[in-house]
Amino acid sequence: MSDPAVLVVGAGPAGLSAAYELAVGGVTGVLVVDREASAGGIPRHCDHTGFGVQDLHRAMTGPAYARRLADRAAGAGVRIRLSTTVAEVGSDGSATLVGPDGIDAVRPRAVLLATGARERPRSARLVPGDRPAGVFTTGQLQQWVLLTGLPVGRRAVVVGAEHVAYSAVLTLRHAGVTTVAMVTSLPRHQSVPAFAWATRLGLRVPLRTSSRVASLHGHGRLEAVDVEDLVTGVVDRIPADTVVFTGDWVPDHELARRAGVVTDPATLGPRTDGWGRTSRPGVLAAGNLVHPGETAGLAALGGRAAGRRLAETFQRATTPPTAGALLTVAPPLVSVVPALVDPGDLPDRFLLRTSAFSDRRLVVARQGGREIGRHRLRHSVPNRSLGVPGTVVGAMVSDGGPVELTLV
Amino acid sequence: MAPGGDVEFDVAVVGAGVVGCAIARHLARAGASVVVLDRAVDVGDGTSKANTAILHTGFDTQPGSLESQLVVRGRSLLADYAAAAGIAVEPTGALLVAWDDEQEATLPSLVDKAAANGCADVVLVGAEEVRAREPHLGPAARSGVSVPSEWVIDPWSVTLAFATEAVGIGTVLRLGTPVVGVHVGDEGLEVRTPDDVVRVRWLVNAAGLGADRIDEMLGHRDFTVTPRRGELIVFDKLARRLLTRILLPVPTARSKGVLVSPTTWGNVLLGPTAEDLEDRTDTATTAEGMERLLADGRRILPDLGAEEVTATYAGLRAATEPGGYQIHLHGDQRFVSVGGIRSTGLTSAMAVAEHVAGLLDSAGATWRGLPVATAPPVMPPLGERQVRPMRDPARIAADPAYGTAMCHCEQVSRGEVRDACHAPVPATDLGGVRRRSRAMNGRCQGFYCGAEVVALMAAETGTDPAALTRVPR
Repeated sequence: MSDPAVLVVGAGPAGLSAAYELAVGGVTGVLVVDREASAGGIPRHCDHTGFGVQDLHRAMTGPAYARRLADRAAGAGVRIRLSTTVAEVGSDGSATLVGPDGIDAVRPRAVLLATGARERPRSARLVPGDRPAGVFTTGQLQQWVLLTGLPVGRRAVVVGAEHVAYSAVLTLRHAGVTTVAMVTSLPRHQSVPAFAWATRLGLRVPLRTSSRVASLHGHGRLEAVDVEDLVTGVVDRIPADTVVFTGDWVPDHELARRAGVVTDPATLGPRTDGWGRTSRPGVLAAGNLVHPGETAGLAALGGRAAGRRLAETFQRATTPPTAGALLTVAPPLVSVVPALVDPGDLPDRFLLRTSAFSDRRLVVARQGGREIGRHRLRHSVPNRSLGVPGTVVGAMVSDGGPVELTLV
Repeated sequence: MAPGGDVEFDVAVVGAGVVGCAIARHLARAGASVVVLDRAVDVGDGTSKANTAILHTGFDTQPGSLESQLVVRGRSLLADYAAAAGIAVEPTGALLVAWDDEQEATLPSLVDKAAANGCADVVLVGAEEVRAREPHLGPAARSGVSVPSEWVIDPWSVTLAFATEAVGIGTVLRLGTPVVGVHVGDEGLEVRTPDDVVRVRWLVNAAGLGADRIDEMLGHRDFTVTPRRGELIVFDKLARRLLTRILLPVPTARSKGVLVSPTTWGNVLLGPTAEDLEDRTDTATTAEGMERLLADGRRILPDLGAEEVTATYAGLRAATEPGGYQIHLHGDQRFVSVGGIRSTGLTSAMAVAEHVAGLLDSAGATWRGLPVATAPPVMPPLGERQVRPMRDPARIAADPAYGTAMCHCEQVSRGEVRDACHAPVPATDLGGVRRRSRAMNGRCQGFYCGAEVVALMAAETGTDPAALTRVPR
């Protein structure tokens, strides 16, 4: 096959948005490759509304949003190749594609990685106990129910209480499964009050806060979940045949790491600037690969920014950032994306994450001990997007050392 | 074979683990008609599946013991067999690393012991050289012992290959069939299952964790089995760069320690713990076990702590009292008992089979058929360093299903999952698909492919998906 100008890896919201911007920005030969048989990424199996608000300014279901993004990119001239795995991005910039038609090597001028994120499964969370059937992540559950129509179970425990956990409760309900408890190690839920109230009162799902899953029991099929109250130490055994581990996102960073890009220790995704530039020339990254666990809309906006910049200034957009500073955060903040900033070229926004509920909502940016900007957050809830405008570091100087963001 | 039928075999082997399957293969090739009975629904579904996957040299076995002889002989047989069957083996070598004075003082005796076991290439390695060979080792690492011939192997494919070869020459595999009693008659033995009685001329007990119970059915109390639980952690493939060799602990009076090992699937294995239990089915992992392993892992390879955990599991080893291989011929009963085959059993299995055949021969056993010289079956290339179907243009060209990814983490194609369902010894549950194809064994544990694999397996085998995942009615 002919070499694409840009190879976009991943046809989720970030990849499709980046590809669309590249195409409408005049770049011909944009190829999006996805290993799944249909385009759209995670929204393909999120059958609830709310998608598209941040980027398309209208609400639609996940599958409709997935189709919309794919159709829009294809309509702009983007080639989308499905059921195709990018096996490798070589040190010479070439990429190996594997699909039912065979194995191809392509040599694009730039590669944009938009491989997304996954939820950590039970094993990676080191939850002890038996290894029965009936243990899910939300992504697996959604595909189970919405894409393949497989039977699930009867009584479920949902681990987590952020947006995606409430989404899991809805999917379970759709599959005829009663959620008998939600469990979060934090003192409160981390979703919007409307979801939490509807789930608690409407669906009568009790929320166990400051609690964790201590162990799973069952030979063959799950029989019970031990839930430990982290304050009292009391362990309750909850009979259940299904448990869904939600959230705890980890970027699908294997291709990026194998391609040798520098990783951000806080997000585990590639460290980028606001336009997706990584430490490796010609390799960009965007979406939930870079900021795991954000909404599809924010992933799409990240892809859009990277795609636009790449279309405008190909040379500059594929050269690793050199000027500028590294952003760091102080606890309870845990990460900031992008972590690389050029004072003359501020990103639209920073995405922060915090580990704990806090009354402190004022983000203060300091460089060399000197305050350079501040922004008041609408909330400071763990496992939720905390957006801060790029201008918060507008007063930084390029040789003034790292910029630290603190919650005060 | 219809349950309840009145059938006769030369030999019944109880236990379809790696040892039972090796014995069945060996005897079937010698001309015996063989039936293998196991309570599990798959071969290698007991202690064999949670093996640490090392192709041992026997350097640390008791010199002169039966185990020592059989491990040395078995290693050479299995290395050849694996090469012929296309079973993944990586010649990694091993390094025993000392972490304190006591361990360091033990090292010379290990070299002597290795020499007594015929392992002349086992040598002391100074601390600097240890670090040069394995630069990611923790700062407290001292000197060590190099064991160049200690390699890693794909343990699941070994059991499957033995079973596949045996079935190919007429061995009857009766899975899901526990043995509930044995009656010794004049002409042979009656092996009772919940459904029927199998009449055989000879009986071999290779029941692993249940070996003492089978022995008891014939009136023997030569050994008792204590299930010893070993918890293990499998790290992501991105951790594989942290080591090149198997990093073995130095055994001392106080502790056996844990190992860190590459796997043929490209992961890193950490474990096992050792805890004696009463319950022969308790393969639960524990918070304490995981914590201890992670602490050991951080000490051995500090960078391991930053890598993702792919899987955690626990296996039960059949620790016997008295220890050591317990292989006994009871000629008057036409019975051979094979107990006490611990973690070296994967390596020694083919030699154990040879030894058992020798015992049967010495007792006057003859077989109804003629010897058959079968070639090892060609197993699916599951090794990370083998050419797997999704990297093989010829296979994809011949069948596009081999280029259609199903399990992304492990790079398993739809064709391979399909094949696992139709293999000569087919997968009948999800664990069986995992062991035959690697599907769902990766970092996402089914986040991406779980639903598709279950749906495909249900369709290919005509099984109700609710039964596959044991959904309660």
